[in-house]
Amino acid sequence: MSEAALDVHQLCFRRGRHDVLHDVTLSVAAGDFVSIVGPNGVGKTTLLKCLMRILTPSAGRVTVLGKELPAYRQRELARHMSYLPQSDHRVPPFTVYEYVMLGRYPHLSPFSTVSADDEAAVQTVMGRLGVSPWKDRDLHSLSGGERQKVLIAAALAQGAEILLLDEPASFLDPKHQQEIFRTLGQLNADGVTIVMVTHDINSAALHSRSIVALQHGTVEFAGASEAFMQADVLLRVFDIDAKFVDHPQTGRRLLIPEGQV
Amino acid sequence: MKRRRTIRVLLIVGLSVVAIVVAPLIGYRMINPLDVLGGGLTELETQIFWDIRVPRVCLGALAGAGLALSGMVFQAMFRNVLATPYTLGVSSGASLGAALYVVVGLQFSVAGIAGVSLCAFGGAALAVLLVYGITLMRPGFSAASTLLAGVAVSFFFSSLILFAQYLSDFAGTYRIVRWLMGGFDLVGHQSVLSVLPFVVSGIAIVAFLLHELNLLTVGDDIAASRGVDCVKTRRLLFFATSLMVGGIVAVCGPIGFIGMMAPHICRLLIGHDHLRLMPVTLAFGAAFLVLCDGFARAVTGSYAEIPVGVITALLGGPFFLWLLVSDTGGGRLMED
Repeated sequence: MSEAALDVHQLCFRRGRHDVLHDVTLSVAAGDFVSIVGPNGVGKTTLLKCLMRILTPSAGRVTVLGKELPAYRQRELARHMSYLPQSDHRVPPFTVYEYVMLGRYPHLSPFSTVSADDEAAVQTVMGRLGVSPWKDRDLHSLSGGERQKVLIAAALAQGAEILLLDEPASFLDPKHQQEIFRTLGQLNADGVTIVMVTHDINSAALHSRSIVALQHGTVEFAGASEAFMQADVLLRVFDIDAKFVDHPQTGRRLLIPEGQV
Repeated sequence: MKRRRTIRVLLIVGLSVVAIVVAPLIGYRMINPLDVLGGGLTELETQIFWDIRVPRVCLGALAGAGLALSGMVFQAMFRNVLATPYTLGVSSGASLGAALYVVVGLQFSVAGIAGVSLCAFGGAALAVLLVYGITLMRPGFSAASTLLAGVAVSFFFSSLILFAQYLSDFAGTYRIVRWLMGGFDLVGHQSVLSVLPFVVSGIAIVAFLLHELNLLTVGDDIAASRGVDCVKTRRLLFFATSLMVGGIVAVCGPIGFIGMMAPHICRLLIGHDHLRLMPVTLAFGAAFLVLCDGFARAVTGSYAEIPVGVITALLGGPFFLWLLVSDTGGGRLMED
């Protein structure tokens, strides 16, 4: 876990006259599980989109697996890195199988039909996420949580070494959340690098090894998740008076929600 | 489900091919297919069949296929159920070109291609370049910018067409209005040859980008993360389909309805996967326009013809509504 999967150097992104990101510098080691946290509107999603080249930074440099981002063709980049955006609430007009198969696009040529490898990859991820029984159902007919699992399955079907996930557990009930994080944990154990944007500090603390916290469009904290779960750090990043409790099984620190009398 | 859809694809494509093959035999004067195969046609029948009906059916099939395909592409590319081949101002540009030809009183042809068609194509090309130029002023060649630029150019050109009509005398106004209805009244082999390269090249480019179209339907963020170069793909599709529509409209006039509704009808019947949808849309669009034209010929006899654009909406509208409410197709629209 020493070689960098992602290197971001002094990245800036400007929208109109507003600097969304400025001088963001961070490194993600290959095989790491990093959570990106921070207050609303701080640029977390923008950062992921810059990494996936959906948005073009106004300055700075990004290196993916040792190669500069502009040197990649988009399809080649997608073979190495996959991205799950936040849901835009527009449901794609496909069946579950068709949608997950779209994840195999980087491996297809223009007129090619589905190969045995593509079929196997899709069946594997559908089985892993438990969406196989819905194979022939329209995405419209699924609940929000079920649909989210299918979207994650499609991102995994790409077979990339780096996964960028924007709020992957949104819409999910606790049981489905557990299943998703278990799957992500297994993928990470298999060597997949995971970068996850989340608002849930406890999920970040429980599941990721490292945390990057953004504040005012720049990196306020970057380090081990244990080092992040400190009262002074959370005060700096979120402006909250944090109280903690240790997780009974893992011993990791968790934030206690503020109670009201 | 997969098997049922495959059967539907084969059925629609098969029936469409049959309809197109049979169409030249039908009209005010019915022609016996055995006479065509056995060389038993009279001189008049030979002229009617080979010089009038075959080119007309070929042009109808090319125009129907091209308009339906470009509707399919625009709806997917802009994720908009209301997108049509004419949304980006191509039709208004072509119509303005034709209107100016009439107003100025030009009379010419080049290599057998009518001057009005050349002016119409010039207008269509101008509209395409204008929309492209305006879209480039904003970063990223986004779907929203292209769509809005197209609508704005379309309205602007429509106003100029009204102004051209205002300036024309009665006969000129009638010619402009008649051209705006679209149709295949004066069709020869040359018309087919004029449209053919636009439709063939448009189909070839779209066929090359079917996986990308599936992903653009889902949205740019997902498409980019799966490896689609959205800007490049959208630009290529924009030019290929716009020029195809420009070529068709220049010769046939702006035939309405088919480009918007044919793709929706096909989606309701066989789903949204463009690898299946494209052949079905092409076949359905081609057969539907040929049948509408045949209907126009058969109903009105040899004296006058209802413009085919009127028939497409009259027949297609109720058929589409029946599919929509009866659940016969079992499929879904883009944003159900």
